[in-house]
Amino acid sequence: MKLELKRNGRVLTVQISGELDLSTSPAFRSRIEEELGQDQEIKHLILDLQETNFIDSSGLGAILGRYKTIVQRNGKLTAVNVPPHLQRLFELSGLLKVMTICPSLEEAQNLD
Amino acid sequence: MKENYLNISFPSLPDNVSLSRVIAASFAAQLDFTLNELEEIRVAISEAVSNCVIHAYPEHPGEVRLELRIKDDTLMIKVIDEGCGIQDLDLAKTPAYSSDPERMGLGLVFMESFMDEMTIESQLQKGTQVLMVKKPERSKNSSHDCQ
Repeated sequence: MKLELKRNGRVLTVQISGELDLSTSPAFRSRIEEELGQDQEIKHLILDLQETNFIDSSGLGAILGRYKTIVQRNGKLTAVNVPPHLQRLFELSGLLKVMTICPSLEEAQNLD
Repeated sequence: MKENYLNISFPSLPDNVSLSRVIAASFAAQLDFTLNELEEIRVAISEAVSNCVIHAYPEHPGEVRLELRIKDDTLMIKVIDEGCGIQDLDLAKTPAYSSDPERMGLGLVFMESFMDEMTIESQLQKGTQVLMVKKPERSKNSSHDCQ
């Protein structure tokens, strides 16, 4: 898994390339928490899943964990470029109760 | 009549979860599964092996056995450990049951949702055996056509 983090105003966009599972979710958690910890101004988190080819319940748990940090800042969690098989996982997991799916990154960035 | 099998053993290390996914999906591709069905198998195997890593052997890695079988048009997957066993199977199957805030407690739910059958046998301090069965939808439809 490779992570690319981009800051745009109060929005942190994380592009996840590869697989988010038991093996890679600790690195996902620590990298994002480190970024959020260093910059309290970040309010919203956008996950760009264009290059994400696998997520299981360990990965979903890692995403939910980051939502818990973001919601403490009254921020929003958004996913963009979600492939159909991942959309189904999100629906089954109930994660869509707390995470919005946006068709494009541009639309997702209009949060504040 | 198509028959094949593959048995492998590996230590319950997080890195072996993705390896088991690749092996199971490659083996399953011998049947007429759609890409979506292969994706479901990848999630189910990932959950089963992750459970071995997290729950069966929480202190030190132990051995996980993965047994893959094809008989006719049916894929059978067994994931076997000799770990600590499941104390309360009904509780473990409850959606969103997890003691860890970083986990969603959906592993067994996904395994049940994505496979045609899923059974678990578990004995405390002896281990757990998960059996998952899946048949390609296209094979189900063609067998109906023959009737």
